[in-house]
Amino acid sequence: MTIFLWNILLALAWLALTGVFTPGNLVVGFGLSYVILRFAQYAIGPSPYFGKVFDVIRFILFFLYELIASSLRVAHDVLTPTHYMRPGVIAIPLEIESDEEITLVANLISLTPGTLSLDVSADRRTLYIHAMYVDEEDIDAFRQKIKRFERKVLEVTR
Amino acid sequence: MSGVFSSVLMLLGAAFMLVAAIGVFRMPDLLTRMHASTKAGALGGGLLLLAVAVHFGELGITSRAVAGVAFVILTAPVAAHMIGRAAYLTGVPLWEGTIVDELRERYSTRSRTPNPGTTQD
Repeated sequence: MTIFLWNILLALAWLALTGVFTPGNLVVGFGLSYVILRFAQYAIGPSPYFGKVFDVIRFILFFLYELIASSLRVAHDVLTPTHYMRPGVIAIPLEIESDEEITLVANLISLTPGTLSLDVSADRRTLYIHAMYVDEEDIDAFRQKIKRFERKVLEVTR
Repeated sequence: MSGVFSSVLMLLGAAFMLVAAIGVFRMPDLLTRMHASTKAGALGGGLLLLAVAVHFGELGITSRAVAGVAFVILTAPVAAHMIGRAAYLTGVPLWEGTIVDELRERYSTRSRTPNPGTTQD
């Protein structure tokens, strides 16, 4: 976390020194300071931060892909005359325990079109979600899909 | 070039908003309507803000657009969850095409009161 703050500070220093206050230049500054901090690793000791940056970027790309793909699916169902959807309320067993992680996963599920988190059981073991596309013969396949999603969130937060 | 790009973004955003509006009209029950309105609406609003940022290309406007998108992404799922949960707990009927409801057994009559032993905080 401290290294992340250093990274931002150095990026701001880059902005001040070049005098070009554009979002693109901020990204350039962030990249340059990331490289510098990566070299400084030999002096300040290794940190999980350096790998985390790529994990976060990969997760954001994956999430954007999910967002667009499922939006198009819902849009297709809205615009065509027949309803292809098979909605249902599904119980998902949770591996994560802390409030922050449950909030994050539940919100990301809500944000993806086609799935909406409804409730968490009092013992925090189960998340109930309303989904638009459930395969009636194979509800477990849908459960596995959400579990994969949860695991990807865990990779980033831990 | 950025003019073409921002126009495409703006049209896409408006199209998503339109789909959201049609979805609210066409979907059969409250929960499926929530799917159409919140997600497509949030994505459409995000694309419109992005189009504005690309069009002006200034730091002040871009930062405001980014902040706007961030707050939509923070608030939309919370609102959707609260409305959906309140509707479910007060017994708003689900569409007859709903294939499975694994939450129902936790609530005795689908009324406001949960089963004993499964109380909410």
